[in-house]
Amino acid sequence: MSAKRIGSEAVEAKGWLAAHQWLLLRRLSQLGILGLFLLGPLFGVWLVKGNLNYSYTLDMLPLSDPYVVLQALFAGHLPETLGLLGAAIVLVFYFLIGGRVYCSWVCPVNMVTDAAGWLRDRLGIKGSAHLARATRYWLLGMTLLGSAVSGVVLWELINPVSMLHRGLIFGLGAAWTVVLAVFLFDLFVMSRGWCGHLCPVGAFYSLLGRWSLLRVSASGRAACHDCMDCFEICPEPQVIRPALKGEGKGVGPVILAANCTNCGRCIDVCSKDVFTYALRFKKAELPLPRGGGAAG
Amino acid sequence: MKPLDSSPTKSGAARRQFLFDSARMACGAGLLGLGLGLYAKQSKALPALALRPPGALPEEDFLGACIRCGLCVRDCPYNTLELAKPETPVATGTPYFTARHIPCEMCEDIPCVKACPTKALDHQLTDINRARMGVAVLIDHETCLNFLGLRCDVCYRVCPVIDKAITLEMVPNQRTGRHAMFLPTVHSEACTGCGKCEKSCVLEEAAIRVLPPKLAKGALGDHYRIGWEEQRKAGRSLVDESRIVDLPDRLPEGASLPGHYDPASGHTAPARGMPGSEAGLIPSLPPGLGGKP
Repeated sequence: MSAKRIGSEAVEAKGWLAAHQWLLLRRLSQLGILGLFLLGPLFGVWLVKGNLNYSYTLDMLPLSDPYVVLQALFAGHLPETLGLLGAAIVLVFYFLIGGRVYCSWVCPVNMVTDAAGWLRDRLGIKGSAHLARATRYWLLGMTLLGSAVSGVVLWELINPVSMLHRGLIFGLGAAWTVVLAVFLFDLFVMSRGWCGHLCPVGAFYSLLGRWSLLRVSASGRAACHDCMDCFEICPEPQVIRPALKGEGKGVGPVILAANCTNCGRCIDVCSKDVFTYALRFKKAELPLPRGGGAAG
Repeated sequence: MKPLDSSPTKSGAARRQFLFDSARMACGAGLLGLGLGLYAKQSKALPALALRPPGALPEEDFLGACIRCGLCVRDCPYNTLELAKPETPVATGTPYFTARHIPCEMCEDIPCVKACPTKALDHQLTDINRARMGVAVLIDHETCLNFLGLRCDVCYRVCPVIDKAITLEMVPNQRTGRHAMFLPTVHSEACTGCGKCEKSCVLEEAAIRVLPPKLAKGALGDHYRIGWEEQRKAGRSLVDESRIVDLPDRLPEGASLPGHYDPASGHTAPARGMPGSEAGLIPSLPPGLGGKP
């Protein structure tokens, strides 16, 4: 591992661009969405108003964050029609294309934690505090219960995701300290700590995308030569194994684990083109039972 | 949980581990939740000078309803509203304004309320004059220019609900003895709390300020009946006036109440020369004026 960089084989085999295409598209998506929000405040072009919690596009399309709306519901408040409609649209969208597509293609904090992960790898920082990846679900439950008890949309008091996004659009203030804290936490304390272990927003979207149609599939797993690059690059490496190595048990090849963010980095870094985007119903090559029950 | 192994000791150990792990998570999340809950409690205490947009629900409901989208901020044509930053002592991401900075201009169509997707700003508010963002209070009688006897009147002039929310009440200037003071007086039943008076107060620090109604308003007990109102409603006095005993007034030695009937002496003290009052003489040499040292 010492000399070889993750994905160097893929760069050799496919060229730099092809070995980074999904990463580039993802950054384009993240920055593009942010750019749409910034067109108004910076240039007076109001295509989109609001922020990721709720936005109103072209004075006709409402989009709300269903997690925030859910907290408001738990706090005992029923939003206005537009707020509910926006939540419904977003729910259906992520239900179909994968909840954590929000994390990897939209959320601005993803760029922060990806940067921390990249730097962690570059600096060769190995140690990482251990915490179960299920912690985020406990935090998700806590924020919903807490919203009900306190009557306040609880996670929004400290949510780094909305603080960063809102901050970039409405004025950052001291929100940069929170973002920096997340960055340093991921860099020095816990590998993939925030997005992979703690963030209840991601946990919510994981559950939302539990049955999503769009998935990553290890369709070409027969070609896998165990270079481990996909495991190294993946922000949720535990999701790969059942799909990639489950052939003997008749599991896979579709990655069905809800925590998969559909980021496509495994597709990028694989020199053998094992991975591809696919629909969840894609059958295993072996005529054995499908892997639905073994996911997660 | 599916048992990992069929042997009873192993599944027992797995169950124990599962319970321990769950307890660990529950305690950790609970600890964080407790901290967040206490923080939430703190954040319900809105600072006195931060005002919510028109139609905002009461603060404890507002924080459970507002999803911090900033649409009200965007649709405010006067840039009055802003979203609280993390360092602001207002719940992060929620809209507020500071009257002394930019007051509410009381748009007739109330675009901020219309923009709200959650009813944190109540859509039933359609007449901006019924908004109750706060109540103006002429908080400092020592520096208000009108209280010093000048005719500043600026807060009165700029009030969008002039002569209803703020009136000028004429009282004699006791210092000069020969002038009137026109005291800006807020009537809470008409004041919307827009803050234009606070914004335009000419002093270095505003003498009139918009406060949350809870800080600005007293409340009579439910059992209070205001005699003259009851009398007006009933068309007659509710007490038998012939049986009222007027007790002698105790006043500081040498003092007299102008125009006051004192039952002890049977005399009425002369009133000063205010319109509508029983005419009295204006002293020829009011204190501080006219006399040679």
